[in-house]
Amino acid sequence: MDLILVNLIDGLVTGLLLFMLSAGLTLIFSMMGVLNFAHASFYMLGAYFAYQISLFLGFWVGLLVAPIIVGVAGAGVERYGLRRVHQYGHVPELIFTFGLALLIEEVVQFIWGKSQMAYEIPEVLEFTAFAIAGNSIPAYKIFMIFMSVAIFIVLLYVLTRTRVGMIIQAALSYPKTVEALGHNVPLVFMGVFGVGTALAGVAGVIAGPVLGTFPGMAIVLGSIVFVTIVIGGLGSLWGALVASLLIGWITTFAKSYNIEMANILTGIGISPPENMSESMFRDLWTVTSPQIADILPYILMVLILVFRPYGLFGKRDA
Amino acid sequence: MTDTTQKAALSRPPIITLSNAMPWIVATVFLALMPVIFPSNSAITIMNQMAITIIFALAYNMLLGQGGMLSFGHAVYMGVGGFVCVHVMNYVEDFGVPLPLPVLPLFGGLFGMGLALIVGSFSTRKAGTVFAMISLGVGELIAACSVIIVAFFGGEEGISGDRTYGLPVFGVEFLQQIDVYYLIAFWLLLSALLMYLFSRTPIGRMANAVRDNPERAEFLGYSARWVRFYSFVASGFFAGIAGGLFAINYEIVTEENLNLAQSGTILLITFLGGVGFFFGPILGAILFTLLQTVLSLQTELWALYLGALFVVTVMFFPGGLAGLIMMHTMPLKFGKLGSLVGPYLKTLVPGAIGILGLAAALEIVFHLRHAALGDSEMTLFWTTFDSHSVAPLAIAVIAAVGGFWLAKRAAPGMAEAYHAANTPRGGSV
Amino acid sequence: MRNTTRLGLSTALALVIGASSAFAENVKIAFIDPLSGPFASTGTNGLHQYEFAAEELVNKQGGVLGGDKFEIVAFDNKISPKESLIQLQVAIDQGIRYIAQGNSSGVANALTEAIDKHNKRNPDDRVLFLNYSAVDPALTNDKCNFWHFRFDANADIKMDALTDIIAKDDGIKKVYIIGQDYSFGKAVAAAAVKFLGEKRPDIEIVGNELHPIGKVKDFTPYARKIVSSGADAMITGNWGADMVGLGKSVLENGYTGPIYTYYAAADGITAAFGAAGDGSLRLVSEGQQNPPASERAENYVKAFKAKYPDGNVSQSRITNVIEMLAKAINEAGTATDVVKVGMALEGMEHDSLWGGKIFMRPQDHQAIQDVHIFAHTKVEYDYDNSGYGMLTESTVEMAAMDSPTTCKMKRP
Repeated sequence: MDLILVNLIDGLVTGLLLFMLSAGLTLIFSMMGVLNFAHASFYMLGAYFAYQISLFLGFWVGLLVAPIIVGVAGAGVERYGLRRVHQYGHVPELIFTFGLALLIEEVVQFIWGKSQMAYEIPEVLEFTAFAIAGNSIPAYKIFMIFMSVAIFIVLLYVLTRTRVGMIIQAALSYPKTVEALGHNVPLVFMGVFGVGTALAGVAGVIAGPVLGTFPGMAIVLGSIVFVTIVIGGLGSLWGALVASLLIGWITTFAKSYNIEMANILTGIGISPPENMSESMFRDLWTVTSPQIADILPYILMVLILVFRPYGLFGKRDA
Repeated sequence: MTDTTQKAALSRPPIITLSNAMPWIVATVFLALMPVIFPSNSAITIMNQMAITIIFALAYNMLLGQGGMLSFGHAVYMGVGGFVCVHVMNYVEDFGVPLPLPVLPLFGGLFGMGLALIVGSFSTRKAGTVFAMISLGVGELIAACSVIIVAFFGGEEGISGDRTYGLPVFGVEFLQQIDVYYLIAFWLLLSALLMYLFSRTPIGRMANAVRDNPERAEFLGYSARWVRFYSFVASGFFAGIAGGLFAINYEIVTEENLNLAQSGTILLITFLGGVGFFFGPILGAILFTLLQTVLSLQTELWALYLGALFVVTVMFFPGGLAGLIMMHTMPLKFGKLGSLVGPYLKTLVPGAIGILGLAAALEIVFHLRHAALGDSEMTLFWTTFDSHSVAPLAIAVIAAVGGFWLAKRAAPGMAEAYHAANTPRGGSV
Repeated sequence: MRNTTRLGLSTALALVIGASSAFAENVKIAFIDPLSGPFASTGTNGLHQYEFAAEELVNKQGGVLGGDKFEIVAFDNKISPKESLIQLQVAIDQGIRYIAQGNSSGVANALTEAIDKHNKRNPDDRVLFLNYSAVDPALTNDKCNFWHFRFDANADIKMDALTDIIAKDDGIKKVYIIGQDYSFGKAVAAAAVKFLGEKRPDIEIVGNELHPIGKVKDFTPYARKIVSSGADAMITGNWGADMVGLGKSVLENGYTGPIYTYYAAADGITAAFGAAGDGSLRLVSEGQQNPPASERAENYVKAFKAKYPDGNVSQSRITNVIEMLAKAINEAGTATDVVKVGMALEGMEHDSLWGGKIFMRPQDHQAIQDVHIFAHTKVEYDYDNSGYGMLTESTVEMAAMDSPTTCKMKRP
């Protein structure tokens, strides 16, 4: 029972981290109508920049400055890259961001090398916040939760309560009209792209010390972010939040409890094959939930796309 | 821009004429002669790899180029075809079934097609992002299964077989790479021809229409969904053939044949070559295989160059290599190709110097940071120098900056000359 | 248009293949391992160790056969079986007779089969496979062949040694086994269960599970299970980012027992663990560096670090590969007839630079050697310039000397 509580907290941390990435991605999608394949690469850049800055000025300066650099880089990519490719259509746009992801990984390897960086949690937060039945919850995790929730609230406030937010929302649905009213729509797009990538940067700064800062960190997280926003419904901020938490908890619980396929199969009345080692289906019988925990979101996504193509909270087709 | 030449081809009835058959005859002769020019085993191995990649890239382009469907998981169909072929190979060896090796790829094709039938039944309902995301999800699922379901996929070690089982075909036992080369060349010609003919069938042409405007295609009475589905299934078939040939050539198929990296690679190849033309993916496959096997022997930074090349292609030449070449059919028709040489040289030579300078600068910096202590000597472009001194880096940077500056200055002139060359004689000249 | 591309291809191909036969008198060893991609740091470090060993241990000592020098030719296989087979063909075409590879048992498996087939089909240019790191037991059991020689202790031998040590520790009552979901991870788990069952039937295995390889972002849920299972010790075969992720996560979440592992050193891993791993990480491996086995070994490490300040002598068996190959070539009197060289390698006894003897068992071509258990702690000869490194805690001499093998060696 205690473990359930611990897992709930762990899943929450995973989910909120995922949300910081998918929030930016889903904003960018609702604006440009294109999935930014390089989104996780900006997350990686955030971690590396923060690591580099933390060597000289410490973690907190990194937390403040690295996302800004990432955001500026993101805005630059929109201004000089995407805007150019936009005229060719959606498929080249997707391919462009895909190529960008490859390129960023190579550039990171060129600059920082291929080994894992020794990017560490700040000493202030290096203690155990509390323990539940012997399972310690590090203070850093609590910090991560607070950061993500704060970002979500700020984002929600800016989008729904401020003038800038109104213009953004209007520009998303009626760009022509907004432009006719005298607003600079390309600038709004560039700004949203910059903020979206900066959010990914924040996620990188925070996650880097826990999940490791290495060249493969973007790929490990890359496609799961798309899965999140597709499940949540493309363009929906609430959908991104719900899907992130859902994925966080599903994978955490699947890893924590060894549910065996053999039990499920016998449970629904299929008897095990007599000669297990010779059977065609022997691997199916020995599958356990931790083995497949990380592919569960993909199964969920395919099912969602087949039966409800606009996702849990989406209003329109992807 | 991409459609001009296809329209020309469309207006002709599909009868076999000499000019129709000519490219295929030339290709046949060429494929037959290649091993005579390059008899070494490694050259043949690289050519085999090229031929397999060409088939796969052509199959992929049936989706991306002709059908407008962006797939992030197409390696799955090639991989499954390959796995089936290795299993058949082993089955034949164990049970002595008389099955000649050259027909083996057919099994790969059929199973690739079978899988495409299943997946396509739900993934082709929508194009665009939905299709792309389903392909990603299915690709990830099957790739993940490949390490879990050991009975069929053999874990990360894969499944291996021996192609020299059983019957010799006309006395050929396929012991040597050269025998395999001719087998692959035969399948390459056959599948390329079939894929070309497919693009000329009503279904193939409707795929283009559905790509460009699904609504209008629907009004013409064609179901966009079924058109996509047929293209998808056909593409799965040829991808499976490529997988079967892979199994024969390497005698081993592993998880890397169907993972997401492989799917990404084929997208890269096809796009580099050019999606708008039938021969585009062929160019892409040749170029990529060379880059991967040859450039990687020369420099550790090859992947960086490849990534940069890809991004530049998407940004500036969305038609790929083939698009670049086909941009010159009009000047050729007007007999003005010659007038382009001068302006081209003025821009491209400094541009090339700039690129080489940039690459040299990167290589020097890389060497500077990774070389052993005291080992400061490096060789670049056939010259040996001390990478720790300032002069070479300065020269490289100056070459890069100067080259790009000159190229940028000459670029408007080149664009102008290109415009002029695209106007018929008696027009502006 | 086709013609022009083919022409470009031809020049490029000619360049590669023409660049070969310049140094005919050298004995060339093809190093086929990842030099780009995620495992490049391991591969590059291995290449440096090879080049250094060839230079120091052979070329500076006068070479082989009265003056022929060793030359290491590097090929980047991108850790892909397919690329490895292409590079193998290129290497053979360049007249290379010795293939060295180590990273990934999947690649080793593809190579050993390809080499077996190649040698059968082309008796004129046969090659030997010097496997210096791939430890899948099958390579010297069911899949063994005459051309394959393994210089590292295989996964079973290492586990045998490891469980010897665990068996002596009465404080260990509960063991948790966790690994990556692929053949090596499974082999480690199976061997652990088998040996623990034989040596200490009273030890309870409180967990035995696999996780997807290279895909886990956050190991916290696994760490929770391990902590709450009350395990006194855990065994894992994880490597690379999976090792760092798992190890750091269990330590962060309150695990205090020993972590017995195979690959938790060098290539950034030692630095990543740093102080956190001190007192917890235990490694099973060959070739000790702390304390140095001899002055010669000490000087060798110093010289290597002087040349490659960022490198590590992390695969010490590479010196055995080079020295034993040189010895075998001299004994056979030829570097081109690999059958004779192979025969000379079989059953060879060799005094390792790192102390102890190496015996190349003729039944299965598995090198039998001392296997050590190291502790991750502050040492003189560190890894990753982190101050931390591997200190020998205990040693199993000539581990698994009489272990059975299913290999039926067919000699040419």
